Amino acid sequence: MESLEEIKARVEAAVPGAKIEIVPNAAVPAQTSLLLDREHAVAIAKFLRDDPVLQLDHCSNVTGVDWLDRKVTKKVKVKKVVEGVEKEIEEAQEEFFAGYLEAVYHLFSMSSKHGPVIIRMRTPDRATGAHLPSLISIWRSAEFQEREIFDLYGIKFDGHPDLRRILMWDEFEDFPMRKDYREPDDYEYEPTPHDEVLDKAKQHYPLRPQLDGAEKITATDSHG
Amino acid sequence: MGLEQRLFRLGADTETRAMSENQIDEGLRSELQKRGVWVTSTQELYNWGRRNSIWPLQFGLACCAIEMIATAASRYDLARFGGEVFRPSPRQADLMIVAGTVTKKMAPQIVRLYNQMPDPKYVISMGACAISGGPFKQGYNVLKGIDRYIPVDVYIPGCPPRPEALLHAFMELQRKIKDQELTGKNKAAHLDREQPSEFPVPNFGAHDLEPPNNPAIFHPPKLERV
Repeated sequence: MESLEEIKARVEAAVPGAKIEIVPNAAVPAQTSLLLDREHAVAIAKFLRDDPVLQLDHCSNVTGVDWLDRKVTKKVKVKKVVEGVEKEIEEAQEEFFAGYLEAVYHLFSMSSKHGPVIIRMRTPDRATGAHLPSLISIWRSAEFQEREIFDLYGIKFDGHPDLRRILMWDEFEDFPMRKDYREPDDYEYEPTPHDEVLDKAKQHYPLRPQLDGAEKITATDSHG
Repeated sequence: MGLEQRLFRLGADTETRAMSENQIDEGLRSELQKRGVWVTSTQELYNWGRRNSIWPLQFGLACCAIEMIATAASRYDLARFGGEVFRPSPRQADLMIVAGTVTKKMAPQIVRLYNQMPDPKYVISMGACAISGGPFKQGYNVLKGIDRYIPVDVYIPGCPPRPEALLHAFMELQRKIKDQELTGKNKAAHLDREQPSEFPVPNFGAHDLEPPNNPAIFHPPKLERV
């Protein structure tokens, strides 16, 4: 199979205006992926499927990723004039990345027996702008998986014919796979709590004023 | 003590009668049996019939259901205990085996099925998930035990429990039915008009099931902070 750089070059030549960014992956499998721009994503996907060399006719998996707002501190060498002498000083710079949601598609070719090629798309933000173009028109198998991403992450896929919740009930309002999701507090009975569960279970333990030092509190204490 | 004396005691001894109004003295009965007289009570006959033809509701929720199927099949053969007739309708079932993970989306349907079963009805909570949520306890979509909404008679731990465990639970339930009284202060719940036989079905809420449990029947032990 071609390298991602070659794919990127050919796609950008074939689809006018398309912008593709190669996203490296530092983990052991090193599955580097292609980040597609939202406007041309459907056209790029169509090219990836129909190109006689690539023939990525099988979308095996679609998944979501939640990226919260994050700050990355970098040490940058800056030239500064200190006491009349120009010096190179290391400065900690904080870089802010606004949060976004991501959909990741794993593509294979059944006819050419190669893959995977991983493509991803990012929403502009995690709130009202959480829209992505649906790729169902290219890969029919994405239908239920995009619905699942909508259900659990809250990405709205424009052009999806049947965008409803698939696992949770229709009245449900939260997106449980988002990193800032807080589940309902039903920790009233935890026989063997530990770690986070222990903290949550403690909220339900009855107060024991006698043992917790309440007898030492007097009326004068509370008024100063 | 001779038989005549014993028969006399049965009529006169208020102490034995106070102990249980519905039970026959075991020794007396066996002695009568030796002489060719078979004595029983309505309660005993009624419970004997009931406990040997418990028809479970045919439904399964997860891998525990596979063990339940194995229990009903020829190797373990639930038919030996009179429980082989899995009914596809709650209207004909006596026993609900909650076999598997109860998701929050499924819980209202389980309660609804329970409500549709005629009295007397029993529930076996099979496996870690049906008891407490099991390995999915901290998940967002799994109910932490079916006893939040319906009363449970027998709990079987295990993940999943083996067919022998389900048979054991079945025998425990038979034992429980055997001891149910038809009259008096301690009569069975299904004969008590004050006791409910249906329980409210929870609604799908914006964040969780509403209510998250039925406070009338869900009484978790209070844990002391240490």
